[in-house]
Formats: sequence, structure tokens, C-alpha cells
Amino acid sequence: MKKRPDFLAHAVLLLGVLLFMFPIWVAFAGATQSAAAINRGAISLVPEFRKLGVFVQALSFSNANAPVWHMLLVSFFMALAIAIGKIVISALSAFAIAFFRFPLRMVAFWLIFITLMLPIVVRIVPTYAVMSDLHLIDTFPGLTLPLIASATATLLFRQIFIAVPDELVEAAKLDGAGPMRFFWDVLLPVSRANIAALFVIEFVYGWNQYLWPLLVTTKGGLNTIVIGIVQMITGDQLIPWNLVMATTILALLPPILVVLAMQRWFVAGLTEADK
Amino acid sequence: MERKTLFRGWLLPAALVAPQLLITFVFFFWPAGQALVESTQATDAFGLSTMFVGASNFLALLTDPDYHAAILRTAFFCVAVTILAMAAGLLFASFANRAIKGRFLYRTALIWPYAIAPALSSVIFVFLFQPQIGMITNLLARFGVNFNYTANGSQALALVILIAAWKQVSYNFIFYLAALQSVPRSMLEAATLDGARGLHRFRTMIWPMLMPTTLFLSVTNIVYAAFDTFDVIFALTGGGPGTSTDMLVVKVYRDGVINLDLGGSAAQSVLLMAGIIALTALQMRLTRGRAT
Repeated sequence: MKKRPDFLAHAVLLLGVLLFMFPIWVAFAGATQSAAAINRGAISLVPEFRKLGVFVQALSFSNANAPVWHMLLVSFFMALAIAIGKIVISALSAFAIAFFRFPLRMVAFWLIFITLMLPIVVRIVPTYAVMSDLHLIDTFPGLTLPLIASATATLLFRQIFIAVPDELVEAAKLDGAGPMRFFWDVLLPVSRANIAALFVIEFVYGWNQYLWPLLVTTKGGLNTIVIGIVQMITGDQLIPWNLVMATTILALLPPILVVLAMQRWFVAGLTEADK
Repeated sequence: MERKTLFRGWLLPAALVAPQLLITFVFFFWPAGQALVESTQATDAFGLSTMFVGASNFLALLTDPDYHAAILRTAFFCVAVTILAMAAGLLFASFANRAIKGRFLYRTALIWPYAIAPALSSVIFVFLFQPQIGMITNLLARFGVNFNYTANGSQALALVILIAAWKQVSYNFIFYLAALQSVPRSMLEAATLDGARGLHRFRTMIWPMLMPTTLFLSVTNIVYAAFDTFDVIFALTGGGPGTSTDMLVVKVYRDGVINLDLGGSAAQSVLLMAGIIALTALQMRLTRGRAT
């Protein structure tokens, strides 16, 4: 017996796809139209394909503080620094907590865990004061360092490290491997999939930051692309909407590409890490 | 659970946890401690002297009708966002879990929005709803509906709820899909017969199996709506017009960073801290249930 296609399922899912594609499509199509047409309230859903050059043009567009290409680079290096930083310090601390018995081990574990309960909004003014005392305002370390602590990543690594079979550890010890050799040659390779997943999650997290950069950057040089775009649409002057839309598309692409490229690890990692 | 095979020594592990602990102390515990101290202090109008005022910042906050209104507004916002985002996530997940053609494409198409920056979600919706250029605004105008979130408070609130929920759908989709994939195939097929009977079976057979995920997501979504929606709201409305989208996290920023009311803002921080501690504790209890 041949089954007829599940029309209801297709209808609902297409609606879902549209719910997310449509707004992005409007931005894409709008980017290729003239600012004047958009200002008249006449955005067309049909893009003008001969004006795709707007996406290159947008790179040198500036929000009065910094050009778009510069803000994209700042966002990229910030996201990279945060993702790598989180993975490195979390893997190291989880290794220490899982594989050693040292004084105050559980205290260290809980201190890291508690950071989950201290998001930036609950310590906003005093954090700014600390940053200012340390002269970290308007610096790249100031932008990234405070976002590198990660309870979630530490918990995930600890969970993986605890499950590593005893035989593997014994074998490494018999081979005369010290703890760091073991960490490097055994632990990291077995956690490859989780590291990939964490990289996606944290890269997206870093790229998408808004509140923190808003707080610690006052000059244009360290403006991230997210900050830059929000500034573009809140100015008083006439807004060149087509360039803003093109910039928005450019800003959306990197994290989306990272998620698409590593979807399988990302999904497994997300449902695992957030437990 | 703990490991049995271990390495010896304490100097090396201490050095390994040091970087994380250092960042944690400098940027988390020190400022949080400062918030506690500042919440009991008041600074004079010129910022010259600071004095201890005990619980008066808290009393002022808890007797302030504006703060009551912000709490109620935030609670309404959280419930609305959570229900919308979870219902959409479950709806799409249950259809994307059926054995239909192209289901992998559908899944990808519903997962990538996870990568959209919350602040940029608002920017994208500006393109649709901006009073002058917005595509949907202009469409609504043709039907005689005047949509202007920069002037109309309830429209602003509705739009902020919509965007915050929109942003969270893919997260819920991923978790519900993962949960559905662990439901036995035969059970699913029995429940996917279309029509009223299928719906009834979904409610009696599948829904109870999804309960742990639903509970877990409820807390995660409330935490998200309460604490992680600053970007969405601030980028779209800045808390306005008036105070119509002034949620607790926006208010703490406006009072502390923009209006420089340090004591009041610190007291708000402390109350928010208490809120998130309670929610995290709840989440931990639920998670323990989910893991078993």
C-alpha cells in the first residue's frame, strides 16, 4: 500500500520555515533596492540581482565610528577568543577537578558552578567599576576576558572526563605518561566531538554579544558589528536602509555558517551541555 | 560520581584551575560582592560622600509602584514568551519527527535561527515593523490598522514578546526533537494518525513522555525571558515608549548605567540575583529528575 504524502506535516513545517526565512528574505531583498524606495515604504520582495554589489559596498559603509569590515573583524576575533578561551580554561579546570584530589577541590568546583547564577545583568554597575579600576575599558582583553569563565563548559568536560574508562588511565600510566601528556594525548582526542559542539555554541555566544560590548566599549575602534548595526538604526539622521540591511545580512552569516557546518555535533552538544 | 583512577599531586591541579578561578573572582564574585555592599549604601547628589543606609534601598524599591509595575510586566512577558516559544517549538518538532520526505532539510531550516543574535532579531523586525518603512506596517495600514511600536505601548509590548519568542523557538525545537527521537517509533506512529484521534493519542501517550523536557524547558525559557532578553528589548525600544517595555533587566541598566542611581540599581541587582538563584535551584532539581 502506497501512503499519500503527509500534507499536514509539510504545511506546518513550511509555515515554520517561512516564519524564519521571511524576515531574513525581506532584509536581503531590501538590501538590493534604493534607499529612497525603502524610505517611501516600498520594499519589494523581489531582489534586484544586478545590485548584489551592495554587499561589497556595505563592507566600507561606516556608522560614523568604524567601517563595517572593521566591526566584522572585531566581532570575529572576539568570538574566536571567547570560544577558544572558554574551551581551554574549562577543559583545564575540569581535568584538575576530575583527575586530582587537592585541597578545596569541591570549593573550586562550586565557585565555578555559582557563576551560572551571576549573569552580567545582576552585577552590571559594579562590574563596570572593576573594569574601570583595572583599566580594561575600551581594550580587547576587557571585551573578552570576563566572558571566558564558563560553568557550562566546565560541567560538560567534567562529565566526559569522569566517564573515561579506568583502563585507559592505567595504560597511560604504565606507558609512563605524566598527567599533561595524558590530557593532551588521550583526553582531548576522546572529547573531540564535544569540543566541536562547544566551539559552535560559544562562537555563536561570543559573536552575538550586545550588552557587554555596549558597556565596555566607548570608542569606535572596538565596536562590534552587532553594536554597530543597532547604532545605525537609532541615529537621528536619514538612515541608508539598504546598506543597513546589507550589513545585517553580513553580520548574520558567520554564526549561521558555523552552526550549519557543524550542525550534528552542535545539536548533540547542546542537548548534552544544558542538562 | 567520582573517578577511582587519579593522578597525584596538588600543585599542578591548583595551577590548572587557577585561570578560571581568577576570572571568576575578578569579574563575578568581586562585583557581586560590591553589588551587595552598594545596595546598603546611598551616595549624595554630588557623588562626594557615601553612607550606610541599611535596608532603605530595598524598602524604597519594594514600596515603589513603578517597581511593582515592572515586576508584573516582566512576569507577564516571561509567561507569554515561554508559552509562545515552547508551543511553536513542540509543534514544529512533532511534525519534523514524522517520517516525511525532506525532514532533514526542515530540521536544518528550523535549527539555524539559533545563530541569530538577539539584538539583530530586533533589527530584522524593525525592517518589518518600523512605522515608516516597515513592510508589515505598510501592509497593515492598507487594512486601516495603525501600527507604531514607537508610540503605542501595548503594540511595543506585543512586538517585544513576539521577537523574544521567535528567537527562542529553535532552542525549544532542538530539545523537543531530541526528546521525541527517544520515544519508541511504534508509539509515535499510533499517535500520528491525523485528526482528532491522533491529537487525543498525542495528549495521552506522547505528552506525558515529554513531561521532563517540558518542565526543563519551562524553567530555561523563563530564565531566558527574564534575564537574557535585554538585547532584544533594548535594541528595539530601549524600554519605551514610556515604561511599557521596561522589564527588570532593562530597568536595572537604565537606573544604574544611564541614570546613575547606584544604590537603587545595586538593590535591584541583588533582588535579581535572588530570583536567578531560586530559578537555578529549581532547574537543578528538575534536571536531576530528567537525567534518571
